[in-house]
Parts: sequence; C-alpha cells; structure tokens
Amino acid sequence: MTNVLMDGNSAIAEAAIRAGCQCYFGYPITPQNELTEYMALNLSRRKGCAFVQAESEVAAINMVYGASVAGARAMTSSSSPGISLKQEGISYLAACELPAVIVNMQRGGPGLGSISAAQSDYFQATRGGGHGDYRTIVLGPSSVQELADMTMRAFDLADKYKIPVIILGDGVLGQMKEPVEFKREAPTVLAVREGSLRGAKGRPSRIIKTFTSNPSELEEINWSLFRRYTLIKKEETTFETFLTEDARLVVVAFGIAARIAKGAIKNLRAEGLKVGLMRPITLWPFPDEPLKEMAKTIKQYLVFEMNMGQMVEDVQLALAGQGEVAFYGRPGGVIPNPSEVARVISRLYYQKGLK
Amino acid sequence: MLIKTLIAGFGGQGVLSMGLNLAEAALLEGKNVTYLPAYGAEVRGGTANCTVAISDDEIASPVASSPEFVIAMNQPSALKFQHHIQSGGLFFLNSSLVEAEIIRGDIEIVRVPANRIAEDLGSPKAANMVMLGAFTKKSGVVELSNVTEALKHILSAKKKLLEVNEKALQAGYNLF
Repeated sequence: MTNVLMDGNSAIAEAAIRAGCQCYFGYPITPQNELTEYMALNLSRRKGCAFVQAESEVAAINMVYGASVAGARAMTSSSSPGISLKQEGISYLAACELPAVIVNMQRGGPGLGSISAAQSDYFQATRGGGHGDYRTIVLGPSSVQELADMTMRAFDLADKYKIPVIILGDGVLGQMKEPVEFKREAPTVLAVREGSLRGAKGRPSRIIKTFTSNPSELEEINWSLFRRYTLIKKEETTFETFLTEDARLVVVAFGIAARIAKGAIKNLRAEGLKVGLMRPITLWPFPDEPLKEMAKTIKQYLVFEMNMGQMVEDVQLALAGQGEVAFYGRPGGVIPNPSEVARVISRLYYQKGLK
Repeated sequence: MLIKTLIAGFGGQGVLSMGLNLAEAALLEGKNVTYLPAYGAEVRGGTANCTVAISDDEIASPVASSPEFVIAMNQPSALKFQHHIQSGGLFFLNSSLVEAEIIRGDIEIVRVPANRIAEDLGSPKAANMVMLGAFTKKSGVVELSNVTEALKHILSAKKKLLEVNEKALQAGYNLF
C-alpha cells in the first residue's frame, strides 16, 4: 500500500486492524470520533472481530478488560474527560497484568474543557492515572504516520510486557489529514494470547483477579510489577534528537509541540543560532538517561508544552540540577505557531548570552 | 517553500471538499501536505473552514495564523479572514456572495463569481469547483491535471457527479 491521505484517528483505527486488534469498544467524544466511526465501519466486517459502541466510557474500558482476559488484542479510545472515566479500569488492567491499548486524543481541560488540541493529560498518562502503584507505557506520536506506526508498536508492547499502553495524541493529530503508509497487512488468523481464560477443560482452572487480603502477597505483586517496569525502562525507552551535536540550547518537547518546535529550530538555525531538539517518544518510560548524558555538554534547556508545565518536571528530575531549565507553555487548547516558539527560543538564547 | 491556504465559507458550500481536493492533488505531486478541518457543532448553513499546508520540507504546524492564500466563499468568512492574509498574498472572493469592501493594499484580491458561473453551467452546487479552478490557475500551487486526478479519486464512488464538477473546475481555471 502506498501513501494515502488520512486523518490521524482513522489511521490509528486502520493500523489497529492491521496489528490484529480483535475487539474495539468505544464511546463518542470529539475530537476522536473518526476512530470509533472507522472501527464501526471496518472492524465489524472482519471475521471473528467485534465492534461495540458501549453505553459509557466506563463500560468500554471494562469490555476491554473482558476481551483481554479472554486473550484478544483489545482497544478503546477517547479524549481527555472520557479518559478520566476509564482510569479505574486501567488500574485493574495494570493490576491483572493484562495487555490493552488505550488512545487519548487530548483536548483542552480541566473539566469538559474545549474540543481543541492540548497536552494537559501528561501527568495523568505518565503517573499511572488511576489509583495504586502502577505505570503504563505511554507513546507520544507527532504525525499521522507515527500514529499508525505507534499503534502497531503499542499492541506489540502491550502483549510483550502484559501492560496497558497509552497512545497520547491530541485533537490536531486526530483531525488532520496527512499522507500515511501502513507497513503491515492485517493478519488472516488472529492469535489467542497464552494464559488467557477460554475454558479450563483438561487443565486446572486459572484465576485472574486483583484482590488479595494478604498484604505480603500484594506487596510481592507490586514488586513484580516494578521489576517489569525496570525492564521496560531498560529495553523500550525511545527518543529522537535533532541538531543537538553542537547545540548551546536544546528544546525538549513531545507530540505536536515537538513538531512545532522543530519548525522553529530550523528557522533559527538558518539565522545561525545553535539550537536543537530533544523529543521523548516514550513519555513513560521517560528518556532520563539520554538527557543526563546530554547535560554533560549542553547546559541550557527550554521545555515547550501545550500545558502549564508537566513534562518539565521529568526534565528537571532527569537533569538533577546539571542544566538550567526554562519553560514555555500554552494551555487550554491554544495551538502556538512556529514563529511564536522561535521568538521564545531566540529571546532565551540571547538573554543567556549563548551567541 | 511552505504555502498555507485557508478556505472558508458556509457549511454545505463544499469548503472542506475543496481543501481535501487540493490536499490530494499535492499528495499526487509528491509534496508534504497537511489538511486540517475546523468545524465545531455546526450544521449546514453554519461556518466551516479548513487549512491546507503544502511544502517540499516537513510541515511544522498544520494551523495557519497568517496564510499565503485565503478563499472566502461567503461574506462572514471574507470579513473574518481578511486581516489574516500575509502581505503579498492572494485573497480569493466568491464575488457572487461577497459584497464587502476589502481595504488591504498589500494583497491581491481575486474576485470570482463562483455561484453565477456554476449556475450558468446548470449546477449551482459546483461553485466550489469553479473557485478551486480559479485558485489553481492564479496560485500555481498545484497542477490542474493533478486537481482533476484527485477529484476523480474523491468522487470514485459518485461517478455521475464527476462530469459536472470537472466542467466547473475547467470553467474557473479558464477565467484567468
């Protein structure tokens, strides 16, 4: 298949089908409705697959839980307020070590907020989101192509580590159309994950549950989760750098903000400013080691987010005082343009005497 | 070279279709392209707009705060977006519906009687294609052959609409 022009939401849906997603459970909310619509049209026609428009977000995430228990690749999607409703279910999925893919096409918040794109759910996504001591893998795409690629990666990661994976997109990525190429064909046979519950005929029954009345047992469950998280951190941390080799100032940004920052950096480079970009691709695990390494030579950082400062805390934790961190943010669903960001970068560059 | 075009009008005027057609044509030319629709809870008769960014390089933002080209298919859009256009840009007005005096000496104003021409062709709904034809000729941002090819792709499920839309596209193109 060659490049087709597709909106980000539909691209996720198509990529999910090609990744062998068997069950999708959705509930409408702007700006991610194209995803649900695409699944209604296309997944429901595939043999052995199920599309359900649930009665609520809570129902949808618990349907994902059920499908995952039964060994199917399962997915749900929503936007910020809807994702808040799913948190209980995500906590249960994490506790039961069940794979699942959850898409959050973020909109402005708090509350019902706006339908415009924002990045204000970074804390919620990267800190677990629900109750209890757990993490989810969080991927931060910045183009329609990446939405497609990362959806496929999300299903693989979820199965590999038996963990919920969150794709943290935003309203612009979901709504905009861009050329996209799908690098995989949909599987003809859908695999059933080992250890799933499909009837215990001929074997002892298995139990998947989250509750134990024995604190020591629960402690061991938590230890085991965190041993896996350590492994994920070691194996799966992903990031991208752009023109950082000789940079005197590095912008740290993720998702759509990174893309805007990259445009600003290109223009500033043309004017002779030595600036670069560090883009975390896995938001959890956060690429703190690479940043720490970078801080040996580069001392000035500017974190740019479409929120009031969330990832900036991870950058500060990673640098541990080894670099100076400034912040620029626009909350509420306002989308800054590259020239605005360029002005902020260049102001900081000159103020700090980096020229 | 990065070129951003904003297309605005009433819902139902085919504003989003124009943008999509332009974006598909740019894709055929192997360009980087983004298409971003903007509509809230509007229905037919409400306002709608979309932004198409076309570039040889990666596109940083699909949003246009100061587009090179603006197409206004109705009066409210002309008033709303007249000050957004970059100096030296082109402002395409559907002069069948836009009566506003545009006071900008730093842009070129291109008046296209899109509704009237479409009506003369016997298909009032094809006013958007008349405008897209005129835009293609004046802006030179994509080739007419690719706009036509993209139109065929978009209308592949509604083939009987192709002829009239192609005719409207050509009529707009021939205006300049």
